[in-house]
Amino acid sequence: MGWAIALHGGAGDISLSMPPERRLPREAALRHCLRIGVDALQTQKHPLDVVELVVRELENHPNFNAGKGSVLTTVGTVEMEACIMDGKKNCGAVSGLTTVVNPVSLARLVMEKTPHIYLAFEGAEYFAREQGVETVNSSHFVTPENVERLKQAKEANRVQIDYTQPIQKDGKTENPIADGDGDSQIGTVGCVAVDGNGNLAAATSTGGLVNKMVGRIGDTPIIGAGTYANSLCAVSATGKGESIIRGTVARDVAALMEFKGLSLREAAAYVVEECVPKGKVGLVAVSASGEVTMPFNTTGMFRACATEDGYSEIAIWPSVQE
Amino acid sequence: MGRWAIAVHGGAGVDPNLPQQRQEEAKQLLTRCLNLGISALRSNLPAIDVVELVVRELESDPLFNSGRGSALTEKGTVEMEASIMDGPKRRCGAVSGLTTVKNPISLARLVMEKSPHSYLAFSGAEEFARQQGVELVQNDYFITEENVGMLKLAKETNSILFDYRVPLETCSAGAAAGMDSTLKMNGLPISVYAPETVGCVAVDSEGRCAAATSTGGLMNKMTGRIGDSPLIGAGTYACELCGISCTGEGEAIIRGTLARDVAAVMEYKGLGLQEAVDFVIKERLDEGKAGLIAVSRNGEVTCRFNSNGMFRGCATEDGFMEVGIWD
Repeated sequence: MGWAIALHGGAGDISLSMPPERRLPREAALRHCLRIGVDALQTQKHPLDVVELVVRELENHPNFNAGKGSVLTTVGTVEMEACIMDGKKNCGAVSGLTTVVNPVSLARLVMEKTPHIYLAFEGAEYFAREQGVETVNSSHFVTPENVERLKQAKEANRVQIDYTQPIQKDGKTENPIADGDGDSQIGTVGCVAVDGNGNLAAATSTGGLVNKMVGRIGDTPIIGAGTYANSLCAVSATGKGESIIRGTVARDVAALMEFKGLSLREAAAYVVEECVPKGKVGLVAVSASGEVTMPFNTTGMFRACATEDGYSEIAIWPSVQE
Repeated sequence: MGRWAIAVHGGAGVDPNLPQQRQEEAKQLLTRCLNLGISALRSNLPAIDVVELVVRELESDPLFNSGRGSALTEKGTVEMEASIMDGPKRRCGAVSGLTTVKNPISLARLVMEKSPHSYLAFSGAEEFARQQGVELVQNDYFITEENVGMLKLAKETNSILFDYRVPLETCSAGAAAGMDSTLKMNGLPISVYAPETVGCVAVDSEGRCAAATSTGGLMNKMTGRIGDSPLIGAGTYACELCGISCTGEGEAIIRGTLARDVAAVMEYKGLGLQEAVDFVIKERLDEGKAGLIAVSRNGEVTCRFNSNGMFRGCATEDGFMEVGIWD
């Protein structure tokens, strides 16, 4: 028993030949966010505060698909969504945000300051103003990389799950490989944490899918799909939203532990291997007893974790023992 | 060759003082919808078509809280949501924030079948509706006089009827006082219990299950508020084993991932439909009040609720048919 934390910056077809100038800043971001989360846990912050803090940091980082750096809708705009849940099953979710700097914090306010669980679009933006959270012009969230991604997706006339390498300027086209539909898959950021008393929390945030239809909602804000926590574990998932919704991924990890008596690791591995098609999902999860797991069935997943007994890991592709 | 079964609901949480006439109307509507579904199943329509057509019928009738007759937002407008799920491949579609789409459940189906996504909302959903050429109407088509009255009451008592009861201490009519102190608005008795959702689950003779749920949401809700009905795993779920549609306190249903839990308990614990449903209603709602209807691929059907009443009906191929409101 002890605290544990895990976070992710998205699972997908992350090219193994990612050049250092792309890889290093992302690894540094993961390291930085892990540090922040660990410090918070070590100073006895409640896991709910910890996951919010870490996800805010990931949202602010332009290289991940959440907050600043969110991928773009088919009309070139940003529509962000987020969700937060604690082990007592209090939860909050938001969708369709266009000006809110930190969607995860608005999700928390929905949970704590309204009689509802989920607010979206205009209603959510209006609530944000009422609450006085930080809002900016939505151009703040748009990065040149994502403008390029959208352009490519439109050219290829498909909806991506975000992480294609932008086409190299020297004309070499890096085609997303691997799964049949050619979509490369990264999306979403998330964090799960547990303290020494078994208090759990999960939070997830995203810009969604590149070239998504305006108004498209993914798995992230859907309790039980992209985000879930109860007294046994906390889970945050990433990947192809439509598959994660159908597979009720986050809920199923907890359900397998409860109904089949599987361990956290076994339950998470089962869901990732059996409940969702290959190349579509990754997740991070912690259990009430301080275990952590980060399985994925994609080429890679930006991730980091640490436990009180000193273990820590920052990685992108499968580690040797997996 | 399996046996078909079907269940419909018009919401959980019923005013114990509901006038007899209203009770009769509700039972007649449920019966009519059940019969519609039964004919469809008898003519071998797949379960997914059956649940859609039954919910369309419920949406079109102003009696329950969906489509026409939807509860009103704090601004007096209607924002509808719905979801549908097809058991065999667990395909699903959902919509929220609809203001002009006559049949939200059909748009949810189109999202499932004609879009690359599972869930569309607000202006994006309305735009998709226009592209798909579905029937659109003015927002006031959905608004009924009764619900305008209900909204006024909710505002007067400064409450969101999210546990579908006007808080007794703030309700001047003191509905707790006695059975005969029904609230009146313009001389007509109105229920202080906000109406709830509608839904249908069915299993066809091929053993395919499907589920569909549709609602206007909570009376006096904040604009942009999304409830359990469009959330796969909460208000609606279907897989190879079963199909479920829930109704009641949205928050409790979401936190309890009610619809998915019935199926998960069957899948992971090997419980039968009835046991799974009983377990979920008993163990997964904490202090929340809700109900659900469910079918299994073996042709079983059940309905359970911990609320005060639930408008429901169910029927099976071997001739069983029942429509009810109370325990």
